[in-house]
Formats: sequence, structure tokens, C-alpha cells
Amino acid sequence: MTQSSMETKSTLSASALQLDATREVERIAAAVTTAVFSTLKRRGAVIGLSGGIDSSVSAALCVRALGPDRVLGLLMPETDSAAESTRLGRLLGESMGIRTYLEDITPILEAAGCYRRRDEAIRAVMPEYGAGCRSKIVLPNAADHDGYSVFSVVVQFPDGRQTSTRLTRDAYLGVVAATNFKQRVRKMMEYYYADRHQYAVMGTPNRLEYDQGFFVKLGDGAADVKPIAHLYKTQVYQLAKYLGVPDEIRRRQPTTDTYSLPQSQDEFYFSLPYDKLDLCLYGVNHEVPAADVAAAIGLTVRQVTRVYRDIASKRRATTYLHMPPMLITD
Amino acid sequence: MTVKPLSKSDVMARVRQFVVDSFLFGQNGHTLGDDDSFLDLGIVDSTGVLELVGFLETQFGVSVANHELVPDNLDSMTKVTTFVSTKLQLDGGQTS
Repeated sequence: MTQSSMETKSTLSASALQLDATREVERIAAAVTTAVFSTLKRRGAVIGLSGGIDSSVSAALCVRALGPDRVLGLLMPETDSAAESTRLGRLLGESMGIRTYLEDITPILEAAGCYRRRDEAIRAVMPEYGAGCRSKIVLPNAADHDGYSVFSVVVQFPDGRQTSTRLTRDAYLGVVAATNFKQRVRKMMEYYYADRHQYAVMGTPNRLEYDQGFFVKLGDGAADVKPIAHLYKTQVYQLAKYLGVPDEIRRRQPTTDTYSLPQSQDEFYFSLPYDKLDLCLYGVNHEVPAADVAAAIGLTVRQVTRVYRDIASKRRATTYLHMPPMLITD
Repeated sequence: MTVKPLSKSDVMARVRQFVVDSFLFGQNGHTLGDDDSFLDLGIVDSTGVLELVGFLETQFGVSVANHELVPDNLDSMTKVTTFVSTKLQLDGGQTS
């Protein structure tokens, strides 16, 4: 799939992530077929469609593996979702010839107090936050400073004025815990359809997300099969092209689509655009010196060193997200 | 009432108590050296930094700016104590 670590210890280029799309699609499709039919003994796959590249490629791989009649796509917008998420999710479903169902999860989130709890947490650090305001939380760019990466909340008032302030621990945890309802409600809905049809649930994290813990435990982190968790984001785009994912989806900027203000993934979590971070993660995984990665992606050695440190820090901080329930044994 | 001036060792003791209670959950505090790196030990992440800063601001009345959120200031008991002590001197001293 990728060059071996032996070949890349001293030099690196973007081609390190180039894969043979035909072979990789065949390999994944075969594995998904075995997993769903033979191991899990399910009759098909349920997948949440966000209109983004990861869920689109995962759905397309499931179609290759199981056939379109055995893949069911779910569109699950809520009040903060971008309108284009549903439109592009539907477009993907149509292009792949699969059934899609629309489930607006806003009423469930309201009943759980998702928005109220989030807004209370924001008001703890920004008392003027209220009706008509939009918000998101952001991280500084990890490559550009030596400090800890701590979150700030950005608020846009109804008159268009924007301001930001550093979050306290309680406010940060309050915002994250409340918004995590969104991923967990979506997963609950996916398992409803899975139970209803005796299907398996697909998880859609790519390698960056899976490695760095960019998922909600028992939310988007829960699944029966994760068909692209071994692929760098750059490679996901390669497969998207090969699989015929519509251009509009392939051109869309990756977004969390979780907060009411538009939020890119690199300002929320990754701190670097995915193409650069892919090579940094590859560098860490293959013990490539920071200087080689720096030369390949146009950053300084110091910047890449900071990113290497940030990758290690996120791995440590999110270890528990990967852990299964712990049993008390003899 | 006599007010005893805060000393550097007082700061260290309060920081140690907080770190042991909050990040080690009260366990094995005696194993944590004054110069041990919180990052290397994996006991303070970015959420923990926010918690530590909140403690310093409320406990010692100092203000911590974003550019000061760096390991040089916050990554060990000694570094935190030096950081706070310096701030208190700049602020004209502090009483307990």
C-alpha cells in the first residue's frame, strides 16, 4: 500500500502516500464482504452520510463489497448542520444507487438538552452570549507555537461582530460533552436501522482521525467495521476519485459540521491542513526525521518538530477512547 | 490580624497539593519529583493545562495570558512555582 519504512527512513515526498487504487479497493471490498457476511453475519451495511469525503468513500466501498441493494445511507442533520451536508449526502446516495433515509435529529438533541447545556457552558466564559449568536471552538495552529494547544470559543453576535475568549476547563468540557450528544444520537439512529434490517454499522474515520482520537467514544467512534481507518486522508481522496465520488463532494473542504459557525477540521482539532498532517503522521509512524518531512511539506524543522510533539500528545490524551470496557479477571 | 507573606515554598506546597489531588487523584504523590515533566509523565494534557491555569488564577490572583501557556512555565512543579513567584513579585507581592 505504501512504501516500506526501510525505504523512507531518510527521504520523504508526497508520493509516499500514493497507493494502487484498484488493488486497495479490491482488498478493502473483500475484507468488508468477509466481515459483514461471514464474521458478523449481517445482511448489509448502514452508513451515516455527512456529505463529506470519508462517509462517501466508505459508502462507495460498501457498495463495491455488498452491492447497492445491501447498503443503506442515513442523512441525519440537526439545527447547526450546513444545508449542503444533506444535499451532498443525498447526491452521494443517488450516485451510488443506494437507499437513503432522512432523520432530523434536532428534536432528540433538544430533548436531551444538547443546545441548552452547550449555551450555558459558553455563557460561563462569555455572559453576553445569547439568542441569535453563533459559535465554534478553535485551537491554535500547532506548528506555529511552542505552547500548549488550548481551546478558545469564537462567538458571532447577531450584528456580525465576532469575538473569542479562552475557555476554562469547565466551559470546555461543558461544550464538548453537550455537542457529543450529536455524534451519539446519530450512532443510536444508525443502530436502529441496523437492528431493523439485520445490517452492520459502518464507521467512517480515516487514519488521521482514528490515530489522533478525533472521534466521540460510543458516538462516531462506535461501529462494526471501519473500512478506511487504515488510510491517510490523502489516500481517501485517491480512492474517492477512483470510486467515482461526485466532484462536488471531493472539492468540499473537510468540516466538523458540528458547531453553528463554520469550522474546518484543522482549526478544531488537527491544527494543520490534512495533506501536511498526513505526511507528518507518516513521518512519525516510519521514524522519518523531522527535517525530511519539513523539506517535503514546506515547513521548518522546528514547525514539524512541534507537530510531531502534538501528535504524540494527542495519542496520549485519547488513549482511553480506544479502550474497550475493562473486565475484572481472576 | 497579622498576615504572613506568601513564600516560594508556600507556592510550591499549594501547587503540589493541587497537582497530586487533580492529576494523580491523590495517589502516589510522593513519587512526583519537583522537576518531573508533567508532559513526559502524561499527567497533564491540554484540558489539564486549563485546569492548572484556573487554579493559579483563583488561588494566587495572577492572570495568565495565552502566550504564557508554554511548557517552560507550566511543565513541572518547579517551573510552575517559579512562574507564579515571578508574577507575584511583578504584581507587587501577595499575602495569604
